[in-house]
Amino acid sequence: MAETKVYSRPTTWAKDIHTHYCPGCGHGIAHRMICEVIDEMGIQEETVSMSPVGCAAMMYDYIDIDYVEAAHGRAPATATGIKRVLPDKFVFTYQGDGDLASIGMAEIVHAANRGEKFCTFFINNAIYGMTGGQMAPTTLIGQKATTCPQGRDPELAGFPMRMCEMLATLETPAYIERVSLAKPKYIMQAKKAFQKAFNYQKEGRGFCFIEVLSTCPTNWGMNPVEAFEWQIEKMIPYYPLGVFKDFE
Amino acid sequence: MAKVLMKGTEAIAEAAIQAGCRYFFGYPITPQNEIPEYMSAHLPEHGGIYIQGESEVASVNMILGAAATGYQVMTTSSSPGISLMSEGLSYIAGSELPAVVVNVMRGGPGLGGILPSQADYLQATKGGGNGDYHLMVFAPSTLQETVEVVQSAWDYAFKYRNPVMILADGFMGQMMEPVEITPHETERGDWKNWGLGNKGTREGKKRSLIKSMYLTAELLEAHNSKLQEKYDRMQKEDVKWEELHVEDAELVIASYGTTARIAKSAISHLREQGYKVGMIRPITLFPFPYEPFEKLTDRVKHILDLEMNMGQMIDDVKIATKSRFPVSFYGRCGGVAPSVEEIENQCKQILG
Repeated sequence: MAETKVYSRPTTWAKDIHTHYCPGCGHGIAHRMICEVIDEMGIQEETVSMSPVGCAAMMYDYIDIDYVEAAHGRAPATATGIKRVLPDKFVFTYQGDGDLASIGMAEIVHAANRGEKFCTFFINNAIYGMTGGQMAPTTLIGQKATTCPQGRDPELAGFPMRMCEMLATLETPAYIERVSLAKPKYIMQAKKAFQKAFNYQKEGRGFCFIEVLSTCPTNWGMNPVEAFEWQIEKMIPYYPLGVFKDFE
Repeated sequence: MAKVLMKGTEAIAEAAIQAGCRYFFGYPITPQNEIPEYMSAHLPEHGGIYIQGESEVASVNMILGAAATGYQVMTTSSSPGISLMSEGLSYIAGSELPAVVVNVMRGGPGLGGILPSQADYLQATKGGGNGDYHLMVFAPSTLQETVEVVQSAWDYAFKYRNPVMILADGFMGQMMEPVEITPHETERGDWKNWGLGNKGTREGKKRSLIKSMYLTAELLEAHNSKLQEKYDRMQKEDVKWEELHVEDAELVIASYGTTARIAKSAISHLREQGYKVGMIRPITLFPFPYEPFEKLTDRVKHILDLEMNMGQMIDDVKIATKSRFPVSFYGRCGGVAPSVEEIENQCKQILG
């Protein structure tokens, strides 16, 4: 019987490398989808990225493309510098919620407003992962974190930031969509969004922003299955999935 | 090109363009706004790009990204802006990237004022950002020298893969002098081997990974040792200074930048009156020129450190003299420059 290959590691995935991510974390899925799109488009040698600060700081170990490290929150500025010098290369940033929505809020808003022609993948798991479970700007009301042990109180911390909605008020961005990794159907939709973002960059369309609702079972204090269920029950109602802006 | 009368800030910008700088990212701050204005007007004519960042923090990180491609990039600012850039400068140095930064210094601390000063000597030479790193720091004294320093800055930035800072002050930014600016070809070395976007051209399609993070203690220690070797090499190969009348001097003034210019006039007057005064003028503040101080003979009775601050270089001067001579300080700050008369009086008091 002839063998049919149905699954393999992307070529862009660095050889013989295993990630450091916890079981049930969404980073591995998001990384893989980025690699798949790069493979499909045949742009491995044409793609440049910068590692963020946080759990994904070492993503340069997993994805075999040219990489520079960005400071906390500054990836959109660093990407601006790269893309303005290398307009023909594919450039993307990959940032967590603390990186993008807290310390780097100015950089992402202004890069989006300038219409920088790179894509940003915004991994929102509603908590600080690498530093050990502190409150993020995206932590839900009532959600417990090590720096809001009684649950996030809007009197103290304000309400969770909705980045897609905020950036969609700008005239300039080409494409803004929020996706989830909580079930296979959502992952398929997320992959389409990733493909669209890279294709828009190929066409020189302008700034593309994909918010990826992700999971942090370790810091949420759940097992992976509970974490995906929690995301569907709690996160998606506050962070609705869908396209907020599209060039087309 | 013949000599033309130019303002300091505009001479800096034109010199940078003539040296091949095509990417400028910056944020306006007084007293250096003519540099981004000049760049925004003239870089497009040369196929370059000017982007005004939303802050100094963003601008220096745009510089980091652009420098990582191996092309020639620059930002300019003034003291409080440089403080905001310190995070990025530490990353650029840690990531071993070539970039040129001009600091047209104004008074501080904090918001301070907008008038000329040399109050950022310590920030420029001893850090500013976190970690064991150094910028290569030039302190030119005339506009022609500023032009030459700006043009050679990328040669050093690429030679060492390290940020180079030109430490000017508000006087130098705002004064006008005749300058000659000729095209300068920068030596960029093996930039394609590490510059982002060249993966396809490298042997084995090896990727470039530019970073400052080493989570293993021994690896970070090795990285810091490598950086230190680079700084030691700068000290051996590229330390620069000017000496004036030190052969028979009994009093040696240590001064740099605009202050050294004023001191030259004072020295000229004092010499006419029979006072044996000389000067050592560091041109690189890092690496610091220890050698001319070490060579001073016992004829020297005193060293006078002269700056437009509260005495920031004096420790380096004391280290350089190895306590062989008494060292004192005279300076003005807040935007006040020491006058020729003040310097003469100070020297006469010391010499008795």
